Amino acid sequence: MQANDQSWDLVIEPGRSEKNYWNDLWRYRELFYILSWRDIKVRYKQTVIGAAWSIIRPLLTTIIFTFVFSRVAKLQNPGDAPYALMVFAGMLPWQFFSNALSESSNSLVGNANLITKVYFPRMIIPASSVITSLVDFAISFLILLGMCIWYQYLPSWQIIFLPLFILFAFICAFGVGLYLTAVNVKYRDFRYIIPFIIQFGLYITPIGFSSSVIPEQYRLLYSLNPMVGVIDGFRWCILGDPMHWQSFFVSMGISILFLWIGVRYFRKMEKTFADSI
Amino acid sequence: MSSIIEVEQVSKRFIISHEGVSQYTALRDEISQKAKRIFSFLKPGQADDISREEFWALQDISFKVEQGDRVGIIGRNGAGKSTLLKILSRISEPSSGTIRIRGRVASLLEVGTGFHPELTGRENIFLNGAILGMSRAEIRSKFDAIVDFAEVEKFLDTPVKRYSSGMYVRLAFAVAAFLEPEILVVDEVLAVGDAQFQKKCLGKMEDVSRNEGRTVLFVSHQMNAIETLTNKAIYLKSGKIQNFGDTEEIVNEYLHDYEHATDVRSYTSRSGSGKARLVKLEVWGRGQKLTSVKQGEPFTVRVGIEAKEGLGMDISFVLENFREHPIFCTHLSDLGEPIRNSETYMEFDIPVNLNSLRKGEYLMSMALFKPEKGEFYDTVLHFPLINVEGMDEAGLFPVDHRWGDQYFPLAWNKISI
Repeated sequence: MQANDQSWDLVIEPGRSEKNYWNDLWRYRELFYILSWRDIKVRYKQTVIGAAWSIIRPLLTTIIFTFVFSRVAKLQNPGDAPYALMVFAGMLPWQFFSNALSESSNSLVGNANLITKVYFPRMIIPASSVITSLVDFAISFLILLGMCIWYQYLPSWQIIFLPLFILFAFICAFGVGLYLTAVNVKYRDFRYIIPFIIQFGLYITPIGFSSSVIPEQYRLLYSLNPMVGVIDGFRWCILGDPMHWQSFFVSMGISILFLWIGVRYFRKMEKTFADSI
Repeated sequence: MSSIIEVEQVSKRFIISHEGVSQYTALRDEISQKAKRIFSFLKPGQADDISREEFWALQDISFKVEQGDRVGIIGRNGAGKSTLLKILSRISEPSSGTIRIRGRVASLLEVGTGFHPELTGRENIFLNGAILGMSRAEIRSKFDAIVDFAEVEKFLDTPVKRYSSGMYVRLAFAVAAFLEPEILVVDEVLAVGDAQFQKKCLGKMEDVSRNEGRTVLFVSHQMNAIETLTNKAIYLKSGKIQNFGDTEEIVNEYLHDYEHATDVRSYTSRSGSGKARLVKLEVWGRGQKLTSVKQGEPFTVRVGIEAKEGLGMDISFVLENFREHPIFCTHLSDLGEPIRNSETYMEFDIPVNLNSLRKGEYLMSMALFKPEKGEFYDTVLHFPLINVEGMDEAGLFPVDHRWGDQYFPLAWNKISI
């Protein structure tokens, strides 16, 4: 009986989906493209100010943060860049991260009709909503260019490494996003907690200030927040701010750990999504 | 050795919780449950009172499907038909057992899965195609045929939210009709759409299965669709295979069983908090209990309800045709007062004087609910009520092939021009 299994294209058994999961993920890549494309298309079709929204929001927050942290709290910037530019260099990845988190955590519940009617590796859905946030990120990136021109500031040569840090931000958002998505399917009231997590993150992440204001002995502890590493990296690339490599590797380790936990937990819960959604 | 699907002792278990109406776990409930459990250590006398019950949607299902077979799956609501299709299309996992499949499976459990109202017809064809497992190249090559089949050329670049429901269904089915998998799994999707298009779809499906040697698994309540489309049938009853064989034989068995409906007390396709329950449902006429009436004959539906004392309650009764489409709905409070203070047992008679009901099986759904708060005590879905016998034997209505569930002889007055 076991040897006979070879001649079958598909064997369905409890727990069996594990084995060809990654193959399936590759086979369903077209669905992934098309779902990402749908999310992007719908997002910018539905709201009149669709694209404008992803410019206005980070811009306004940056203005307020610059005022509060630079004028009121009188914090200093370690590099030579204008304070607003430093805030924005942190705001960019943060906006991406927080958008990705809130979009992906609602994505499965929002696509319940698909999940109960068609089979595909469920990971595609949160992944495509993170991709949508990446498009918002790209639009916001244009503001950064605008600000550089406004301040007549030439980004440092390290900017060539920026794609690596975008990837890092992606890993970070995807890992945490996967975990929250799965939790959100199981405990439907969890969605009330997510905005709180994001708001909380806004304050414990160095957006309005540079992480160099954190006392040296707490730097490693502080960088347990994976977004610390991402934002430091962005500032290193764009503004040439000094980089605290040790804490960067801590952040990177943490976000890879999150990704691992996220994938594992998601895979564990995935089998029951169709029954419980 | 030429079997294309082998299902071996497949079972599916669900855990149902009797606690609340909500089917989702809430984090706060989980936390309070944990807290309760901790406290129950302190009070050892009290047992854990979480009332959870196992429910076997499928039990020990085994069958084999040969290449090119067209298999109908029939059974009453809650018999496990949809669960079986979901497991075959890998949407949910079996709790135990094995299924072996040769070839690509495409499942069509709903018309227009994933259609997005904001996107245009053209965009939705690509989206839906991808969801059903077609590649972009495949869709592109069949695009014109799909559009042609759906008859929506003019509206290709209109968002589908502006489509009429008929156009919507046509487009959605057209995409699915051009799937070319080795195995096609279809749930009752033809219940929507106008009769003419239904016919066209049935024709297309027949084409696909009969002429191209494709294997089809098809769930439907329309016995005539099952009979025209399939050569074998599986009759599911409460999660078990009652019988598997030639379509004609199985359909007859099913229809025979259907006439001798089970007791409403043990009927499982229901939900609600259970504070009140429908426990008796009988049809009376000619001074006796009936299972079938002649067309035009009045009958009385007698319902018996067990309830906790002192509940406020309204009752709705929905008469449905065989395909579970509602014909009308009547409420206790329509002509009378809703119940203010329920007694432990109550009976009602609903006289039905409709001489318009045509030949066929009729079902009913009933809900016992609290009028203001919307709490449902008991909701019974699609319980077989009565069989209306046609009068064509008597020669009164020689043509019984007309459309519709109801019969209204209307005057056709010739106008002299």
